[in-house]
Amino acid sequence: MGRQGSRDSIIVSVRTDPLPATVETVIDPSRKRRLIDLSELWRYREVVFFLAWRDFKVKYRQTYLGVLWAMLQPLVAMSVFSVFFGRLVGISSNGAPYPLFVLCGLVPWNFFSRAVGSMTGSLVNNQELVKRVYFPRLIIPMSAMAACLTDMIVGFALLFAALLAFGTWPVPQVLFLPLFVLVMAASATGLGVALSAINVRFRDVGYLVPFSLQIVLFMTPVVYPGSLVPHFWRPLYSMNPMVGIVEAVRWSVLGTPADWVMISISILSSLALLVAGLAIFSKSERAFPDLI
Amino acid sequence: MTDTVIQATNLSKAYRLGVANNSFPTLRDTLASGARRILHRQPVLGRRNNGDDQFWALRDVSFEVRAGEVLAVIGPNGAGKSTILKILAQIVEPTSGRATIRGRLGALLEVGTGFHAELTGRENIYLNGAILGMRRAEIRSKLDEIVDFSGVEPFLDTPVKRYSSGMYLRLAFAIAAHVDPDILVVDEILAVGDAAFQKKCIAKAESVAETGRTVLIASHQMSVLQRLCNRAILLDGGTILADGPTGDLVRNYLQTQEAQASTDLSTRTTRTGRGRLRVVGIEVFNKKGPVASGQPAVFRLQVDGPREAAQCLVTIIDDLGDPVTSFDSLEHSLHDRQGDDYTVDVESLMLRPGCYRIDVALVADDRVVEDHVETAAMFDVMPGLLDDRPVTAQPGFGNVSFPHRWKVRR
Repeated sequence: MGRQGSRDSIIVSVRTDPLPATVETVIDPSRKRRLIDLSELWRYREVVFFLAWRDFKVKYRQTYLGVLWAMLQPLVAMSVFSVFFGRLVGISSNGAPYPLFVLCGLVPWNFFSRAVGSMTGSLVNNQELVKRVYFPRLIIPMSAMAACLTDMIVGFALLFAALLAFGTWPVPQVLFLPLFVLVMAASATGLGVALSAINVRFRDVGYLVPFSLQIVLFMTPVVYPGSLVPHFWRPLYSMNPMVGIVEAVRWSVLGTPADWVMISISILSSLALLVAGLAIFSKSERAFPDLI
Repeated sequence: MTDTVIQATNLSKAYRLGVANNSFPTLRDTLASGARRILHRQPVLGRRNNGDDQFWALRDVSFEVRAGEVLAVIGPNGAGKSTILKILAQIVEPTSGRATIRGRLGALLEVGTGFHAELTGRENIYLNGAILGMRRAEIRSKLDEIVDFSGVEPFLDTPVKRYSSGMYLRLAFAIAAHVDPDILVVDEILAVGDAAFQKKCIAKAESVAETGRTVLIASHQMSVLQRLCNRAILLDGGTILADGPTGDLVRNYLQTQEAQASTDLSTRTTRTGRGRLRVVGIEVFNKKGPVASGQPAVFRLQVDGPREAAQCLVTIIDDLGDPVTSFDSLEHSLHDRQGDDYTVDVESLMLRPGCYRIDVALVADDRVVEDHVETAAMFDVMPGLLDDRPVTAQPGFGNVSFPHRWKVRR
């Protein structure tokens, strides 16, 4: 190959710093892909941060109430549900005041449904990024989820404020709460990344998800206690990861009795969802720029 | 060789035409075709790869780039230039083949990627910098430089949705230009902004090249490529036609482009515009002899379509692809007349000898482009006398000559 430009030799001699031999990228379509490349994700962690920060900043920009919306929404929902289901229908709340009971379900549920919803559309909404720059694509749905964390933190702060307002003190098992939040994030991630990948190919998913989530709300013990479900159906019912998570959050915050079989099934199903979601994502990842 | 930074072997990329053209398949289509395949006893999930619906954007491309080389990737639209760059930047996965890259690779494929309209200029610098692979500390240390380069300082804390498109592009390019990878891949972004800013960008690209970093540039601006690059690869139809010194390849490429100019314009398909009015023929001639410097010349355009007034634009472009001058029929003069076609009468051609090509465009009264043909024709200018002074070709010293008088010291 004739590449003997006169300038070439000069430039090579000007270069003094040695090539970083450690950074070597191999592009080969037949190479094996790992389920999740944590070291690569770690290298790009600032992108996760900035994208999540962008979503968060934009979320309440040009609103009058700002972050107050994150409190107002669960508060209003709590009041409405308390009047209709607590007072009029008289649903049992396992001994806790109904408003606290329902808020305890609403905060995790809102996080789950918002995270799954925004992750589903994340790749398609950020197609400019997918088509024009390289970074692990997983970062896009992950940061969509991270942006929902702030609303959840505000929600939990509200929950504890309500707890004090009702004159109850948090029970010691509240220390387990972060663990259940982690399980919830895992299940949201699994479902969300899978849906985001499928949404690239079939935009039908974008229409299917919001209304499916509304249905799943009633298959989750948010407005009613899980104990209302007959024993025979409980194992199947608990395949919905949010069933055990909501029950576990109630147990750790309100101290209501919990069905540990249901919680265990839900935790297992969360982890299965996470692995399956990541597998679906990494399998379809390479085709994104061609399809989107 | 130890200083090879990019080694590409037999890279190929196929696109499935149905996928590329019909945006995305719907769930219904997939269910329907799955059902059809069950009925016809075909495998339901297997991929059909019968080649008919495939388009090879790249086929068996192999090349290597050594550290410090500044490589130009040239070729007509659709030759595969962007595909190569996208594969190297890991945005697109090749169908087959292999590439090894040593060092950090940064790609400037489209500026402004990841800008968010609601965020301020400053916030977008951080966001975009991170997306392009800069660390937060790195961005902070370069912030002043970036702001300086872009010239948007007074608006730094204004959401970019209130920026003019020029400011937006300048800021975007400024960020991109300050990412310092070992290997820089650039696709056609030198065509951003006004002339002054373009100059700044080219200077920046030059300085990157001079610090010994490896640069790959795809562009249509041949003069820029000739200035920046010591080596070029010429692509057409997804394969490498030639690999060698930039000067030779640029000449080679422009010759093939010019061969196209001599084809009959009425059958020309590579054109854009509404098409109600079409330029079907171009003549460049001199009634008294050959077209030469300092002599009269006539550019005559034959136009097909309904008889109505339209704006006619003729641009003369030199052999490096840079425009030299243009004629616009809307810039009226008292000496203009009306006729059946469009002609430009030049009393004395002020072009230096050489080969030129013409781009033409017709714009209707409603401001819609009717017809736009690039490289519509080519013509040679012979040496001649301008104002009694011989005009000769002076490669590298400009394309035009004016009537002038010297006063010289004895």
